[in-house]
Amino acid sequence: MSNPVAAPSLRAAFARLRPAGVVALVVVLAILVAAVWPGLIAPGDPLAIAPTDALAPPSLAHLFGTDESGRDIFTRVVHGTAPSVGIGLAATGIGIGAGLVLGFASGLGPKALDAALGRVIEVLFALPTLVMALLLVAVMGPGTGAAVLAIGAATAPGYARILRARVRAVAGSGYVEYARLEGTRRTRVFLRHIAPNTLWPLVGVATLGIGQAIVWVSALSFLGFGTLPPSPEWGAMLNAGRVYISTAWWMTIFPGLAIVVTATALTVLGRTAAGGGRR
Amino acid sequence: MTGRPALEIRGLTVALPGTGDVLRDVDLTVAAGECLAVVGESGAGKSVLARTLLGLTQDDRHARVIARTFEVAGRDVRTLPRRDWRALRGVDVSLVLQDALQSLDPLRTTEAEVGETLAIRRVPAHERRTRVLEALHAAGLPDAAARLRQRSDDLSGGMRQRVLIASALVGGAPLLVADEPTTALDSTVAARILDLLGRLRDEGRSLVLITHDLDVVARVADRVAVLDQGRIVETGPVAEVLGSARHVVTRALIAAAPHGPKATAPAGPGPELITARDLVRRYRAPGGGSVAAVDGVGVSVHAGETVGIVGESGSGKSTLARLLVGAERPDEGTVSTSAPPPRIRLIPQDPFATFDPRWTVGRILRTSTRTADTPEALLAQVGLAADLVRRRPATLSGGQRQRVAIARALAADPDLLICDEPVSALDVTTQAGILDLLVRLQADRGLAVVFISHDLAVVRKVSDRVIVMRDGRIVEEGATERVFAAPEHPFTRELIRAGGGG
Repeated sequence: MSNPVAAPSLRAAFARLRPAGVVALVVVLAILVAAVWPGLIAPGDPLAIAPTDALAPPSLAHLFGTDESGRDIFTRVVHGTAPSVGIGLAATGIGIGAGLVLGFASGLGPKALDAALGRVIEVLFALPTLVMALLLVAVMGPGTGAAVLAIGAATAPGYARILRARVRAVAGSGYVEYARLEGTRRTRVFLRHIAPNTLWPLVGVATLGIGQAIVWVSALSFLGFGTLPPSPEWGAMLNAGRVYISTAWWMTIFPGLAIVVTATALTVLGRTAAGGGRR
Repeated sequence: MTGRPALEIRGLTVALPGTGDVLRDVDLTVAAGECLAVVGESGAGKSVLARTLLGLTQDDRHARVIARTFEVAGRDVRTLPRRDWRALRGVDVSLVLQDALQSLDPLRTTEAEVGETLAIRRVPAHERRTRVLEALHAAGLPDAAARLRQRSDDLSGGMRQRVLIASALVGGAPLLVADEPTTALDSTVAARILDLLGRLRDEGRSLVLITHDLDVVARVADRVAVLDQGRIVETGPVAEVLGSARHVVTRALIAAAPHGPKATAPAGPGPELITARDLVRRYRAPGGGSVAAVDGVGVSVHAGETVGIVGESGSGKSTLARLLVGAERPDEGTVSTSAPPPRIRLIPQDPFATFDPRWTVGRILRTSTRTADTPEALLAQVGLAADLVRRRPATLSGGQRQRVAIARALAADPDLLICDEPVSALDVTTQAGILDLLVRLQADRGLAVVFISHDLAVVRKVSDRVIVMRDGRIVEEGATERVFAAPEHPFTRELIRAGGGG
């Protein structure tokens, strides 16, 4: 039986989470706290310099050690959550937004438009995401905004493609045909059936995408095209630590761990949500 | 009926993880050259029994299979390891698969498909071909030598079923297990396949025929065992069990099988609701050009009458339904309606696909409602409990889904229902319930119904007038009982003979 996407009830979703999903959920909640209220976890100033404490290894005073200017890495990692995750969210938002427009236009529009968009998406698809992002940054110049736009634009073709296939399947489904036969207007059919059934499975994909986007934005920052030091952004911190990697490993390890843990937690959650969509 | 029985089972109990005991204390004996039919509702355990006879259930680590006696051709197979079961399958016992349309690999030739049993056992290639040809002949495949190189796409449904039967025969297994071998086939094709199974039995093969169709049982089986919730509730010679059933489950099965004419007399024909003239609908053919699925058909439906449309798959009956309901536009011809236009609603073959999977039954019904009826009231009209409104279609049974589909159609207070094979995916007792419901609703509300089915007995049960279609054209039409009593067209006669219909 071809059953596209059954919506799981909340309780069923929670039951499916465990045990990896529960850990991921806790991590994501902790990340949210760090992003919204970093002072709660690390009350210090992420930009305060203390030259006498420069390059101190991890200790009770400085949990993650300090950098070359004596800034506390732990404070910086915690305060870096909001920009790093925010950038990831914004990039994913842009990617999905652009993907939505392309996907719906391609899936529901006239055949000629679908064919044309299909070719464009294929060409964009041929370039690896990071290469395309670098290309866009090269045009726009470095900076946080440019990095976000670049990653967003570079991920859009992927989302467009997923959406188009999904829109096609839903638009051709028995329930959409039945609604039309009942005389339901096109816009209503779209709002009632096509949009929800297309967007629901996207929740999982998007959660996966946020983790990925954080990694990519960090990569751009690391390469010096994104957020510039001394802002406490994880990718930029990696970039700053690069020079000292043989003497002060803590400068790269901890922001790197933050990226890995965040991306992993979001990916695990995303897989669970996407799995629920498949059933 | 000499020598050892081909199959001897005493006290077979099968438990599957999560479902508990699927089969309980089952006793079965099949003599050489005998056909035993196992009948029962879906969920009775028929398919698990078939799988167990082939040692497939035993393959599952979590399944528990216990029996006092379990002998295939005199050999105790109770503790047989997997390796030995594999050696047994195809040679001592083999399976005729259910779905001819899906069980063949589209990339493999008939020869490779049928010869697989032999290839696995390292039968040399030249000998293999002879034996494959013999099996194809035995399975009654016309022009067998030419078919060797063909793939399943080149074969019709009946030929595919014969290829599957040949696959079961090729290893020379004396015991065949056939799981619903004719369910996916048109009635005329099914009749020929049943003749073939009967001939194989006459040649000395033993047959376990698993089916929900008592008509099939009456045609080929010698004895029948009735399975209900994993237990055998009645067993005996076919004539005895079907003629004077003792157990209530057997009686219910017999009563549910559609037979005889429509119970209520047709009301005098009302005004014309919809008239189709000279409809033609063409589809692009795979090889280029076009095929007319509906080719010059005219139909008119009057208020309050039930028009049955019968035909085999590919006869154009579903396309005609889609044209009438407005899901497709005709390439030629017109569909005109009375004024004001009647409300037409569709009862689909697969109602599940026409429900938004995210919606509850209540929301589905509310969205389609054009009257003051509540979802609960609509459910009551189709014999469903009111608390179903909170459920989603995925959690309903096939019969419940079809009832919800009918409730949804009624929600619009329709003048005409177009039912496209509404019961062909349901088992007999569920089917009987849906048919009774449709007939009752039609009589109570004065609905007009167009009832499309490949099953003549079903159409006869509900229709006042019947239209017989073949290759996109109408070959015969008239009052149902007139057509059944004195069919004029040879194709109608063949359909009636094949379908039993009485």
